[in-house]
Amino acid sequence: MKIHEYQAKSLFQKAGVPIPTGYPAFSVEEAVKAARQIGVERFVVKAQIHAGGRGKGGGVKLVNSIQEVEDTARNMLGMTLVTHQTGPEGKKVERLLIEEAIPIASELYAGIVLDRSEDRYVFMVSTEGGVEIEKVASETPEKIIKEWIDPAFGLTAFQARNLAYALGLEGPQAKNASKTFLTLWKAFETNDCSLAEINPLVVTESGEVIALDAKMNFDDNALYRHPNIAEMRDLSEELPSEVKASSYNLNYIKLDGNVGCMVNGAGLAMSTMDIIKLHGGEPANFLDVGGVASAETVEKGFKIILTDPAVKSILINIFGGIVRCDRVAQGVIDALSTMKVKQPVIIRLEGTNAKMAAELLESSPLDFIVARSLQEAAKMAVNASKAESQ
Amino acid sequence: MSILANKDTRLVVQGLTGQEGSFHTEQIIAYGTKVVAGVTPGKGGRQHLDTPVFNSVKEAVEKTGANASIIFVPPAFAGDAIMEAASSGIGLIVCITEGIPALDMVKVKNFLKSTEIRLVGPNCPGVISPEKAKIGIMPGFIHKQGPIGVLSRSGTLTYEAVHQLTELGIGQSTCVGIGGDPVIGSTFTDLLALFAQDEETLGVILIGEIGGTAEEEAAEWIIQNQFDKPVVAFIAGQTAPPGRRMGHAGAIISGGKGTAKEKIAALKKAGIAVSDSPATIGITMKQELEKRGLL
Repeated sequence: MKIHEYQAKSLFQKAGVPIPTGYPAFSVEEAVKAARQIGVERFVVKAQIHAGGRGKGGGVKLVNSIQEVEDTARNMLGMTLVTHQTGPEGKKVERLLIEEAIPIASELYAGIVLDRSEDRYVFMVSTEGGVEIEKVASETPEKIIKEWIDPAFGLTAFQARNLAYALGLEGPQAKNASKTFLTLWKAFETNDCSLAEINPLVVTESGEVIALDAKMNFDDNALYRHPNIAEMRDLSEELPSEVKASSYNLNYIKLDGNVGCMVNGAGLAMSTMDIIKLHGGEPANFLDVGGVASAETVEKGFKIILTDPAVKSILINIFGGIVRCDRVAQGVIDALSTMKVKQPVIIRLEGTNAKMAAELLESSPLDFIVARSLQEAAKMAVNASKAESQ
Repeated sequence: MSILANKDTRLVVQGLTGQEGSFHTEQIIAYGTKVVAGVTPGKGGRQHLDTPVFNSVKEAVEKTGANASIIFVPPAFAGDAIMEAASSGIGLIVCITEGIPALDMVKVKNFLKSTEIRLVGPNCPGVISPEKAKIGIMPGFIHKQGPIGVLSRSGTLTYEAVHQLTELGIGQSTCVGIGGDPVIGSTFTDLLALFAQDEETLGVILIGEIGGTAEEEAAEWIIQNQFDKPVVAFIAGQTAPPGRRMGHAGAIISGGKGTAKEKIAALKKAGIAVSDSPATIGITMKQELEKRGLL
């Protein structure tokens, strides 16, 4: 799960990671009020959307008066911000963060992620702050310094010092930085993050070390033990169809194609998308209805797929293991008898009682296409989508 | 032979008395696997599915000589259940549970480092050596004893591949679902090393997916160790968008890394036959076996 910068900063503050003084604002009035409360002369107005690259897209502005805060907030609220992470359609700005401007001496990077090949979290710092870290990693990997964290001890003081010195910091700056690294790890660990990033982490002209930006993603599997974080979820950042699917406990991701698909199991669902593409079509979605595909989940699946007007045909691919195919077939029949689905539905059921399932489907008065193999099913679904598009 | 599971497997089921545990254990017993004990803290002394229930894995191992464990414990308690099994000295732990926090698994992996215990999973269908033993939740009847080892990060996609093999008349030595999480016990390379030693296994199917670098590491291992049995691979998620978690917690392209394209390139470089389509995994293996005169 992702949260906004201002939410991450509130968690930083709780943990003791230094941040600029600032307040979130949902309206122009709130923005002005925030600026008055901060009471400095120079401010930063930052659009709060989940995507990165906001600065380049015009979502971060440095201003010199409360009047300018007001004008900028008016312009920014409601604007559609396009960055390299939002896609061409962009994202509507509904929240702002108003902060004091910080006099920057140098920009650094600090971040924590899971290193999957080491089965450990890794703390990374770089002198190349303020730019995309993926770019640094691919072009100048030697500029990223890493310390792997022993889960039994957490980030240790000497590791934090090593990171600070590796950044070329000295004296009180090194001390401040290593303290910040230790608190960042604490914040990461206590909140079950999957990623925490400060980019840039700045050293001010007076030698302070401050998190100018804040990014925190969370491990969805651990949200059950952090109700305060689960509450921070901003549903307006997600597609309505995906929000609906998650309320049904279905894994659904909308894509750009027109062949809808409903599959049991994540791996099979991904490879069903792949085989659609392989046969010249474009998948409209990823949808995993779970290992046990019941009539209820099938019906919910249809409801979700049909929220996408681009869908021209629907491919159902179920491998019945413990779940019996005849039950799934009955589920499909029940769902389709009560719902109006005008798109052609291609069904491929394999595994337990597959034959019985095929007979059930074929003897039903409803209009399905029953495929005998995965390959045939994919071809049929792609052809149907093309015929419907004409 | 086979790997991990065989006729000598004596299984303890952690979470036997729960709904999932009961349902799948019935199927495991029906497949012919010896289930010797169940563990549910607080329910020790009872019988469930004609199997004695103990309060701890330690006690179950001492009293029944169990040598493998399968875990059906809810995610909040599953990390602890794995460590409990490991502390009992049991040789093999198969964790089915989906949804264990990554931080818990990082701690569990660290805990296991000091032991000789082999963990499979979590978030996996388990292990089956057809017609010998099943330590998992896969449908037993689609399998058939034979020469192919199957390793996979997925569940139903594995069944798909196994079904294709069986339809072609090619059986399996052992099929292992290694799990769809970012932090798992045994990796492709750990298990390839076991298949290398297993005489019954003549070829290996490797089913990977986007996210992480497990497939690249497997490809590198195959080159380094001159693994000479034919390997057929399939990578799911060639059309998956970056930055999205595709059902499995570990199936995500992050920071441009972990794409299907990179994985397929690495596997091909190691001389592995990569099937373009999920529908041709079985037939590709058949062709590889024929090429080498193994069929």
